[in-house]
Amino acid sequence: MTRLQWHDPEGVEALFGAAAERILLLDGAMGTMIQNEKLDEAAFRGDRFVDHADDLKGNNDLLTLTRPDLIARIHHDFLAVGCELIETNTFNANRVSQADYALEELSEEINHEAARLAREACDASTGETGRRRFVVGVIGPTNRTASISPDVTNPGYRNIDFDTLVEAYTEAARGLLDGGSDLILIETIFDTLNAKAAVYAVHEEFERRGERWPLMISGTITDASGRTLSGQTPEAFYYSIEHAEPFSTGFNCALGADQLKPHIKALSRVADCLVSAHPNAGLPNEFGEYDQTPEEMAAVIEGFARDRLVNIIGGCCGTTPEHLAAIGQAIEGRSPRPLRQRKAA
Amino acid sequence: MSESGSGKRFTRLSGLEPLVITPELNFVNIGERTNVTGSAKFKRLIAEEKYEEAVEVALHQVENGAQIIDVNMDEGLLDSEQAMVDFLNLIAAEPDIARVPVMIDSSKWSVIEAGLRCLQGKGVVNSISLKEGEEAFLEEAGKIRRYGAAVVVMAFDEGGQADNAEHMVECLSRAHKLLTEDAGFPPEDIIFDPNIFPVATGIEEHDNYSVEFIEATRELKKRFPGCHVSGGVSNMSFSFRGNNPVREAMHSVFLYHATKAGMDMGIVNAGQLAVYDDIDPELRDLVEDVVLNRRADATERLLEAADRFKGDGKREEKDEAWRDKPVAERLKYSLVKGIDKHVIEDTEEARQQLDTALEVIEGPLMDGMNYVGDLFGEGKMFLPQVVKSARVMKKAVAYLVPYLEAEQTTKEKKGKVLLATVKGDVHDIGKNIVGVVLACNGFDVHDLGVMVPAERILEEARREEVDIIGLSGLITPSLDEMVNVAEAMNEAKFELPLLIGGATTSRAHTALKIDPAYPGPVCWVKDASRSVDVVRKLASKQHRDGYAADIRADYEEYRERSAKGRRRKPLVPIEAARENAFRPDWSEHRPEKPDQPGLHVYEDWPVAELVDYIDWTPFFQTWELKGRYPDILDDEEAGEAARNLFRDGREMLERIVENRWLTARAVCALWPAARDGDDVLFYTDETRSEVAERMVMLRQQAEKPSENLCLSDFVADAGSGIEDWAGLFAVTTGIGLEDALAQFPETDDYSRILLQSLADRLAEALAEALHEKVRRELWGYAANESLDNRGLIREKYRGIRPAPGYPACPDHSEKAKLFELLEVTDRIGIELTDSFAMRPMAAVSGYYFGHPESKYFVVGKLGKDQVEDYAGRKGIALAEAEKFLRPNLDY
Repeated sequence: MTRLQWHDPEGVEALFGAAAERILLLDGAMGTMIQNEKLDEAAFRGDRFVDHADDLKGNNDLLTLTRPDLIARIHHDFLAVGCELIETNTFNANRVSQADYALEELSEEINHEAARLAREACDASTGETGRRRFVVGVIGPTNRTASISPDVTNPGYRNIDFDTLVEAYTEAARGLLDGGSDLILIETIFDTLNAKAAVYAVHEEFERRGERWPLMISGTITDASGRTLSGQTPEAFYYSIEHAEPFSTGFNCALGADQLKPHIKALSRVADCLVSAHPNAGLPNEFGEYDQTPEEMAAVIEGFARDRLVNIIGGCCGTTPEHLAAIGQAIEGRSPRPLRQRKAA
Repeated sequence: MSESGSGKRFTRLSGLEPLVITPELNFVNIGERTNVTGSAKFKRLIAEEKYEEAVEVALHQVENGAQIIDVNMDEGLLDSEQAMVDFLNLIAAEPDIARVPVMIDSSKWSVIEAGLRCLQGKGVVNSISLKEGEEAFLEEAGKIRRYGAAVVVMAFDEGGQADNAEHMVECLSRAHKLLTEDAGFPPEDIIFDPNIFPVATGIEEHDNYSVEFIEATRELKKRFPGCHVSGGVSNMSFSFRGNNPVREAMHSVFLYHATKAGMDMGIVNAGQLAVYDDIDPELRDLVEDVVLNRRADATERLLEAADRFKGDGKREEKDEAWRDKPVAERLKYSLVKGIDKHVIEDTEEARQQLDTALEVIEGPLMDGMNYVGDLFGEGKMFLPQVVKSARVMKKAVAYLVPYLEAEQTTKEKKGKVLLATVKGDVHDIGKNIVGVVLACNGFDVHDLGVMVPAERILEEARREEVDIIGLSGLITPSLDEMVNVAEAMNEAKFELPLLIGGATTSRAHTALKIDPAYPGPVCWVKDASRSVDVVRKLASKQHRDGYAADIRADYEEYRERSAKGRRRKPLVPIEAARENAFRPDWSEHRPEKPDQPGLHVYEDWPVAELVDYIDWTPFFQTWELKGRYPDILDDEEAGEAARNLFRDGREMLERIVENRWLTARAVCALWPAARDGDDVLFYTDETRSEVAERMVMLRQQAEKPSENLCLSDFVADAGSGIEDWAGLFAVTTGIGLEDALAQFPETDDYSRILLQSLADRLAEALAEALHEKVRRELWGYAANESLDNRGLIREKYRGIRPAPGYPACPDHSEKAKLFELLEVTDRIGIELTDSFAMRPMAAVSGYYFGHPESKYFVVGKLGKDQVEDYAGRKGIALAEAEKFLRPNLDY
């Protein structure tokens, strides 16, 4: 098959070059950083949505349009401590999730604008520091699962299907690519069928554009069972998305670095691509807050590096620029996980 | 994990769990019953929308060993797309089904695509073909790749469906080229279906169909070794509908030959495949004539004979005299002799004579087992025979279970025993034997398996209300873990008796370390035959306290004696021991540089070659038959049992070899090395400038007239100018063991333990064979060595291969370094547990030292001065070093 050309061959080369040399630092949490701002309903609405019928508080993705200064500042704070992969504020910026706020029509616009904000922040930082920064266009899972029934009495029922997901993800991908993303990250995957729909959508979009972008795929191990919400083991998860020929695969969210380590290890053993991890800052306390300190988290992450389990490391819920600064120090000078290629039998 | 570590590309599919198709799987069973075109029952269930029952059909397939399930809804009267979506969504909600990958089977693209949109795992599409030309083929293939599935390609092209080998190969080769070059398919995601057509139809043109399939398979596997060959097997026996024994024989014979040619997947009725060797030889010959098209009248001859085999497919055997005795006698005879052939009919007869099923168990069956127990106690029966008896007993009880449930009575148990191999340890042969022996003596055994953490032992003990807890372990760190369990039981206020067993355990350790940690009764059990007596006493309210007090007093006495005794044999200080080290005379012997230095990996060492290297004596020891092989075979008392066990063992070994159940893998390295005090250094290369790893060794500290040995003594000093070498190795024959074990029914402990103990022996044999190769070829210092098995077992060769965790170097944790250096886990798939046990269990790892005077020795007791020094050299805390060296500590 004639493979599509990279959208930005030089950028991709720089990315692969950096990954061969060191562990790349992805940024930290967007959601909990926004939560810390304790914004009220009015702040979420801004001027543009003053008259919107539904409540908008909690629609973090919307802040890209109503509080771009805040989002840019968070990007800037993570860049300042050395993060080189910056995630767009688009976790729920898809038609399916935005329907909760009756804002499904904004999905493409939010994605586009979020990518543009991250692009600006990254380009400014690249200019200042001389170190290349990359915009990672985030595609979240949506709030529905394609292979689990929401109705326990009717296990065959589904409230979302593959085609609807493909449509929503396509729209999101379009906005992210037009806004200037360097990579696409399909993340927090609790149901691999959702992720497969996202892969399908993204690849179709690449094909339409006649060029491709590196793809990161990151699942979520929800609890001590060591499986995804939809029941897959780490290995089964990877084999299910291997056809996407991803740039990296990994796990994020739900667990702290400690609890995540065995699953990253399992993935690291079988993955033919780079391996990423962006754990939470420990497990939430009884108030739902994360209180693992930067030092504590960095100490665990140092173990990831020592065991050469990862190529990309970042933070999920509860991680702040201070966490990422400590993690950056912990991985400084550490070798990345060696990449292996499978030979043909 | 080995699948990617070995560098080969294997097909990697998934349901909720992964399915990696490695050569050791031999043959992947694809369940065929969830297919409306092949199963009338399934079709009816779907048409009547009895989905719950339809889901059960899928579950049944998986339980019977289907590794993938084929789902087909191609039926004119159905909305096939909807039926596919509904059914796939339903089975996705059943974790026991959803754990395996799905094969979406349809001749309609729309149905395939609807199915692909429901699969979260990586499934298989069955099938696409060149029937409509290349363009349509490529479009469908591209979509399948984008959905993330593997693909079956059927031998069908613009010219029609291929029915001869040449056409099959031609059109599938073309499909392969298109898939790999134009559709982006990796070769391992391609499965060929050359077409299996019915034979013995009476139409002469059909006679050669199976032969054509087999020939095409052979050629395809030759051309494309990374791809797979599959097919719908039941199709070939279509003309014998209604005669299942003959059909099953046909499938079995067909698969026997097709798999030899390289067929490695098949859509079959999982659980209903006859074993090739078990088919009546007459029927097998007739079927073979048909399948291989060996004679023109093959079909007629099979048709003629078919009715005779309609029964169970096996020929009647002559009744023997014991069959004329009363039913209770017959059951006893079956139990003592371990014959399971008639046990069901006899059990049923007994059930009809007696009032309840319970009486059958408590009457004739338990009488028979008690008799077995007596004979065993008197030494007139031996463990392998007892395990066979247990197999018969289990079969009888399994038959009675439905009646017992209907009677709603519960059998009064003598007591419930929980068994577990402790956390970090994977060795379970001994534990399994104890379980069987206890079970057939009427105890209820609750076996938690291996690597069981303390919390779980406590939790299960409470939940299951057991009467006794038994812990097993083989490696040194398990000793500490057992203390840990005892402490946890103490904290949780348990009072149950605690039994300790396994090769590393001892009366000494139990008395000194475990007994003081737990106020309840603690008892070390030397072997399986001893376990019955101990458990019987501890489970009985009457005897328990008295017996427990006896043991406690015994341990108390032991503790006192050992406190006194220890002072009698003082150790020499480590510095003095070092003064007394062995110093080779390097002018006498100069180390040879290996002919083939560096790393060597053997991914598939032929198991057949290992048979001659087996040391049988430990095999008999496992089965508690004590004596040296081959003398044991002629032993006056145990001879018969030993001969039978040996015969069964040899037979099992043949099956292991023939069916390729086990894969033998090895890795070894010969590297520049040097001695640094009591350490052995391995260098990264021959410049000897950079140390790759420091292996920390221990020195004998007893006061003795000869040298105080340490393994490093056999290597030339760093900086001496003498360039010495040493080696490291790891081998396993346990790859595939789990699957092989799973083929035996749960009631058949005899075969399972036999297979397990043979896998262990094969691992030792591989270590021996590899060591020989090292001496003769890789290192090459003994190129002309020629020893027979006896000579090898007595180690009449130059050089040693000591293993971490054994007497010369008792610290298991040094294995971690060895594993890292050789990348053992990635290269050959052995993993280390937290306690440094190797998994699979059938594995050996160690060092090679080549000096002519190198020899095995026992390090023995260690003083605190050496252990402190050792901890420092190893860079660990003293307490940790003490944990690893517990049995050797002299303080």
